[in-house]
Amino acid sequence: MAEDGKHVKIIIGLFVFAAILLGRIFYIQMVDGSYAEGAVRNAMVYEPINPTRGIIYDRNGTILVGNKVAYDIMVTPHEVQAFDTLALADALGLEPEFIREKMDEFNRNRSSIGFNSVVLLKGMSAEDYVRFEEVRYKFPGIKGQVRSIREYPVNAGGNLLGYVSEVDPAYIARHPEYKVGDEAGKTGIEAAREVDLRGEKGYHIYLRNAHNQIESAYKNGAEDKAAVPGKDIVTTIDATLQQYGQELMKDKAGSIVAIEPATGEILAMVSSPGIDVSQLAEIGKYYNELSTDPYKPMFNRAVQSSYPPGSVFKLVNGLIGLEEGVLTPDTKYGCDRGYSYGNGKKLGCHGHRSPINLEEAVMMSCNGYFCHVLKTILENKKYATTEEAFDKWNAYAHSFGFGEKLGSDFPSELGGNIPTSAYYNKVYGKGRWRFSTILSISIGQGEVGLTPLHIANLCATVANRGYYIIPHIIKASEGVEIDPKYYEKHYTMVSPEQFNKVVGGMWRAVNSGYGSVGTASIAAVPGLDICGKTGTAQNPRGDDNSVFICFAPKDNPKIAVAAYVENGGFGARFGAPIASLMVEKYLNGSIEGAARKDLEKRMMTTSLMHKVKKN
Amino acid sequence: MLDARQERTIKQSFDWYLVATYLILIVIGLVNIYATEHPSGASLTDMFSFSLRSGKQIVWIATALGLAAIILFVFSARLWEGLSLPIYLFVVLLLIAVIFLGVEVKGSRSWFEFGPVRFQPAEISKISTALLLSSVMAKVGFQMSKWKDFMTVLAVIGGPMLIILAEKETGSALVYLGFLFVMYREGLSGWLLFIAGAAIALFITTLTMSPYASLLMLIGFITFGNTLKNGSLWKWILTWGVGIVAFAMLPWLWGMVVDEVVCGVAFGSISKWWLWVASVKPFHILLALSLIALPIVAWKAFMEKATFRLISAGVFIGGLLLIYSTEIIFNKVLQPHQRDRIEVLLGMKEDPSGVGYNVAQSMIAIGSGGFDGKGYMQGTQTAFGFVPEQSTDFIFCTVGEEWGFLGSLLVIGLYVFMILRIILDAEKSREAFTRIYGYCVAAAIFMHLFINIGMTVGLMPVIGIPLPLLSYGGSSLWAFTIMLFIFIALDHEEKKYF
Repeated sequence: MAEDGKHVKIIIGLFVFAAILLGRIFYIQMVDGSYAEGAVRNAMVYEPINPTRGIIYDRNGTILVGNKVAYDIMVTPHEVQAFDTLALADALGLEPEFIREKMDEFNRNRSSIGFNSVVLLKGMSAEDYVRFEEVRYKFPGIKGQVRSIREYPVNAGGNLLGYVSEVDPAYIARHPEYKVGDEAGKTGIEAAREVDLRGEKGYHIYLRNAHNQIESAYKNGAEDKAAVPGKDIVTTIDATLQQYGQELMKDKAGSIVAIEPATGEILAMVSSPGIDVSQLAEIGKYYNELSTDPYKPMFNRAVQSSYPPGSVFKLVNGLIGLEEGVLTPDTKYGCDRGYSYGNGKKLGCHGHRSPINLEEAVMMSCNGYFCHVLKTILENKKYATTEEAFDKWNAYAHSFGFGEKLGSDFPSELGGNIPTSAYYNKVYGKGRWRFSTILSISIGQGEVGLTPLHIANLCATVANRGYYIIPHIIKASEGVEIDPKYYEKHYTMVSPEQFNKVVGGMWRAVNSGYGSVGTASIAAVPGLDICGKTGTAQNPRGDDNSVFICFAPKDNPKIAVAAYVENGGFGARFGAPIASLMVEKYLNGSIEGAARKDLEKRMMTTSLMHKVKKN
Repeated sequence: MLDARQERTIKQSFDWYLVATYLILIVIGLVNIYATEHPSGASLTDMFSFSLRSGKQIVWIATALGLAAIILFVFSARLWEGLSLPIYLFVVLLLIAVIFLGVEVKGSRSWFEFGPVRFQPAEISKISTALLLSSVMAKVGFQMSKWKDFMTVLAVIGGPMLIILAEKETGSALVYLGFLFVMYREGLSGWLLFIAGAAIALFITTLTMSPYASLLMLIGFITFGNTLKNGSLWKWILTWGVGIVAFAMLPWLWGMVVDEVVCGVAFGSISKWWLWVASVKPFHILLALSLIALPIVAWKAFMEKATFRLISAGVFIGGLLLIYSTEIIFNKVLQPHQRDRIEVLLGMKEDPSGVGYNVAQSMIAIGSGGFDGKGYMQGTQTAFGFVPEQSTDFIFCTVGEEWGFLGSLLVIGLYVFMILRIILDAEKSREAFTRIYGYCVAAAIFMHLFINIGMTVGLMPVIGIPLPLLSYGGSSLWAFTIMLFIFIALDHEEKKYF
């Protein structure tokens, strides 16, 4: 026997080393959690489940925007075997050349694709897919992947409905809850209620192996999260009326906005030329074409175009004059084909009898009369200076919601323009401008700019005799609240009793019969008591714009419409027919009588696009 | 035909505990090999499918058990001592032949291939070396302190070890270091082991920390060694221990002083001369103190004829040289891939996708097992291929992931029990050959165990050696079976007659 006791040391050493190993194992298994996390990162794959987007209904339960199933044809190059390109092309309805090119591309990128699948064809309809599905067994590695895409049963106009598209980095920066590859409503109603429509994403958890192949569901799917479908949205839109408005505005540039005066609900909102609903579902495909179109179809004229309102603005000046006490219904002014002011200058008017009172001035749309009205407002002795009087005028205009965003729930609304005294001081110098300098605002020209939504809201305000409810597009429905401000009445600074004094003129403008001096006899519909006001706004880029606002019936109005047709000439030429047809369609359900039907046909078939300047 | 007496002795004198531990370990191995590759939806009976590694392992196990039976019942245990030299020479011949005739596997030419069967001479050379080593050291009159005997032992161990190194099987060569423990048991001074361990520790500390820390450590080793020789551990802790801790904090304190001085000079509140004082590094102070103390200690030791302390002074100088030459050894002597492995192991380099990938994945697999594991065949990391070489060198990952800490404890516990049992049997033996051979077996198993599991948990560099009895593969299983059962036979042979 060799030295005694050494075996004891060796045995102690054995236990020490075993303890080191076990201590290390204990540390990485029980103390340091990063290894367990590493295992999760290694093996678990979260595959998102996209929720179906909420459905968008009109006010009567008609589906404006629904969902349909589409198929993306996916190729997994790793699993593909030699196949008959012609047969596949036939089954998919593609050119064989397209398939060859794509397959060559996939083969070139084989190493980066690995075991993953890549898209061969996007958004194939379910009907077309059935044909492929029958022969799919011949093409291993090629399969369809179901996807829900938007469907548009009603031609309600792409600008109103809005489109859904993949989020870009700028969008993600503003909305961090989105990830690359997610989709979001970008414009129109889709954007207005994106939060409700999008729903909540879910996920499957899978286990993958080191080659990134899926092995199995994690815990048999026990930890998966189901997607929460988006909420359905009820809009204030009347599908029939909206579609009718789209047809009327075909081949014309401009906008129609119809509002239910008592509620502020937008019944129709047309912007023309616009995005066709057939292009909406796959907006990405058409985006370049649309954004470079010289007529700017992506530009929503109804809320973004600041137009001179023209003569419809005379109503505002008349009402301000009445409230300020410088005008009464019986005030008469003469008009000799216009209004002369200093140095032989004259703002022209059409020929009509003279002198006339307020009601007649509204009915005939006399320019001279309203020049007098603005003069009396701005030279009111109540105020020390024209500037002070003008500030008051500006406050009145703002109380109608002009010169600022109305606060609608429809996205991208613009504020238009109401000039301020500060602006004129800057242009002309303080104290160096007077009523005659800014005369054109009396007839809604010059610096006054309103959106069609503003103009329709003016009509609703007059129809309501003094107040408006902010125009809005979403109705409250189960699970979808709307802002309480859409129930509030906004009174203008003009007292309600003043409004009837101009409504009479509006009624006579429409209902005085052909051959009368009423400017809008063409808008008359028997039994509907339409009240309207024409406008003809100068357009520096060509023919005048044709403007018309009207509401009906005269008492307890159900609808207020503004029609704005670029380069349409006199208000009575296009604005009045289109707006009145909208009213008739909405109130009567159909257009009756040969004359009205002729008018409808003429509106639908006339193109004004040759007059519209390209951008 | 066995008579009654023989039957009784077989029952009583075989170490059945060792046999049982052996059987349990190979079954654990088989079960875990199946878990690493079970196809989804397979049932347990597929374990016997020959298309899977588990099925092939069953064949290896069956043949290994056959070998064990032959060793126990056919061969006489008396044979081994006498045959040790021819066996040794034959295996050395095989080791050399494989360099020229073998097939190349993963960059090293160390396998013979006969049709579907491959075998590695390095595996059996452990047995032949153990046999010859035991035979040499068991000779009457053998003394480790005799220069000739010591060199003979070194030659027996070093011969095959160098050939294996030439085959680039670093892992297998490293196992030969285990024979140092056998030499220690048979008379080698423990201080040599102590110095070898200290040198490795110094090397690592210099690489990962600083020369200052290494110097402090060197002082600690030397003084601790002297205390172990003839002093009180408590006294060492209260004097040297406290001093070393104080000096360990010196660089930190010094840093604060230097900051103060630099500020003071910048604001003109103290003279520039202090800047020169501040430029002195703590390392210089410690080195100066040591170099002043060294001749004094050496002279005192010489006068008192305290040989141990005198040698310690020499070892201290050797240690200083090692600290200064570490960089050179590391950068000039080691191969780049070896440097990489050491750097990753020491945490000097983050490289989870390169050299460190295997270890990172293996630690993730084991670490994610938790206390009681994910359950049999529920492992994701091993079964889904994240861990490389999972049924061979990294088989322990499956144990760690699917059986957790409890399973790891059981497996390591079984190995410790087996090694302990072998050592105790060896110590009880009255024949030097049996005792020394037992220690060789224990050392081989221990080295494999520590290097292999140490590698899977990031304590050792990635050195490809199998885990005895658990890893998939015939060479290793056969080698350990033969090695172990020769010992069981030797042990049994003795008990039969005493």
